[in-house]
Amino acid sequence: MSGTLKIRMRGVRKAFGGKQVLDGVDLDCGAARSTVILGGSGSGKSVTIKCIIGLITPDEGVIEIDGVDVLKLPRRDREALGDRIGMLFQNGALFDSLPVWENVCFKLLAQGKITRAQARDRAVEALASVGLAASVGELSPAELSGGMQKRVALARAVAAQPEIIFFDEPTTGLDPIMGAVIDGLIVDCVKRLGATAVSITHDMASARRIGDDAAMIFKGKIVWTGAAATLGHSGNAMVDQFANGEREGPIQMELRK
Amino acid sequence: MDIILNPVAAVGRGVLGACRTVGDVALFALEALSHLFRPPFYGRLFLRAFLEIAYFSLPVVALTAVFTGMVLVLQSYTGFARFNATGAVANLVVLSITRELGPVLAGLMVAGRISASFAAEIGTMRVTDQIDALTTLSTNPMKYLVAPRLLAGALAMPLLVLVADVLGVMGGWLVATVKLGFVSATYLKATADFLQFDDVFSGLVKASVFGFVVALMGTWCGYNSKGGAQGVGGATTTAVVTSSILILALDYVLTEMFFAQ
Repeated sequence: MSGTLKIRMRGVRKAFGGKQVLDGVDLDCGAARSTVILGGSGSGKSVTIKCIIGLITPDEGVIEIDGVDVLKLPRRDREALGDRIGMLFQNGALFDSLPVWENVCFKLLAQGKITRAQARDRAVEALASVGLAASVGELSPAELSGGMQKRVALARAVAAQPEIIFFDEPTTGLDPIMGAVIDGLIVDCVKRLGATAVSITHDMASARRIGDDAAMIFKGKIVWTGAAATLGHSGNAMVDQFANGEREGPIQMELRK
Repeated sequence: MDIILNPVAAVGRGVLGACRTVGDVALFALEALSHLFRPPFYGRLFLRAFLEIAYFSLPVVALTAVFTGMVLVLQSYTGFARFNATGAVANLVVLSITRELGPVLAGLMVAGRISASFAAEIGTMRVTDQIDALTTLSTNPMKYLVAPRLLAGALAMPLLVLVADVLGVMGGWLVATVKLGFVSATYLKATADFLQFDDVFSGLVKASVFGFVVALMGTWCGYNSKGGAQGVGGATTTAVVTSSILILALDYVLTEMFFAQ
């Protein structure tokens, strides 16, 4: 990681019902860079990004965005952070009760930045940017395939041109080709906006495609950071075992203890 | 010793849990109500919830009211005939419908329809991350999902109950005149003479409280649902059961407030 910092986490801890999920997370995400967080199921990846976004309040620690400790901000200012953030949820999290075009421009409409008529036009542009036809805008989310839902969710995440975009398992549940398409769209969108991206994924091919930097979280702690291109041959036994999907290695040994 | 203390501890935990839940629901309601006074206001969502309650619940509430009025006349006629007091049937019907049966039965019907619907919809949004998505899209979920529904519940129910009152009385009139041989004009005059503003008003206040409670329990159970389909199913059941019980309990409290001597 090089350049200025966009997100800085120090000593972030969070427990749920006595289970320590985050156990002192230290993480730096560079501005206008794409950071991928890797880790097994239950390692704390999702909780980490939910803490940054403000969906979960950590028990202790520091989370800074542009040098400002967001945990110390008044509630209203913290809520206003949402204006600078976009997120692609694992399952899309599209609103069933709204047509696709209204999903895509939901944030702009909520902020009162555009009228409903303008939103329809903006949605067509946003859908085109993720390779979807204008007619898709009139459909309901339930009428879309998994890949189309992901693309609509991506269009929604970037429609308001956020400074920071979070991607939660963007390729989960997609076939490899559609996964590569989504990865390509993510890279294009992030570059076009000059945004900072933070992704969590199990998919190593996806991690290498969309990430500049990578961090591995294990048992609630960041155990490695480095270039995403080095995943699988990083020299860190834990990371390489995870990246190469090997059965034997330090992670397995940890689990057996 | 544990054999004695464990059940006591379990009762204590149950009481504490119930107190915590009451506190949670109260804070939830207060937060949602506070959003009614701060922009932005979601008029379209309020209108949608209002229509869902007031318009789409109308058939079931209307049928319930009509049949209740019809049965009430039959039952009271049978009872009053023993004391040669059948002239009081119209009075009993209008009093029972406006004070009690209109708001309570409409409330229970709406509890089945609306609190289940709210809990299922919001619960599904919770377990599919749609509520978290609202937050990331600069929208407060309490303001967007809960506040319009609570307001709609409190305002739509009195309208429904007003319709239920009219239809309940008319159902009674129908049976009284067609089956029991009452003179229509006499029956209607007795109804009108005995009808008091306070009776109707108290019923409408009850309706507003019941509507609020139905919407509150539906949204609260949905908002706090956990897990997948099973969690949403549990939230829906809890919403219907708790709102129904609360309607019956609050009915007593409100009746005590309005009519205690």
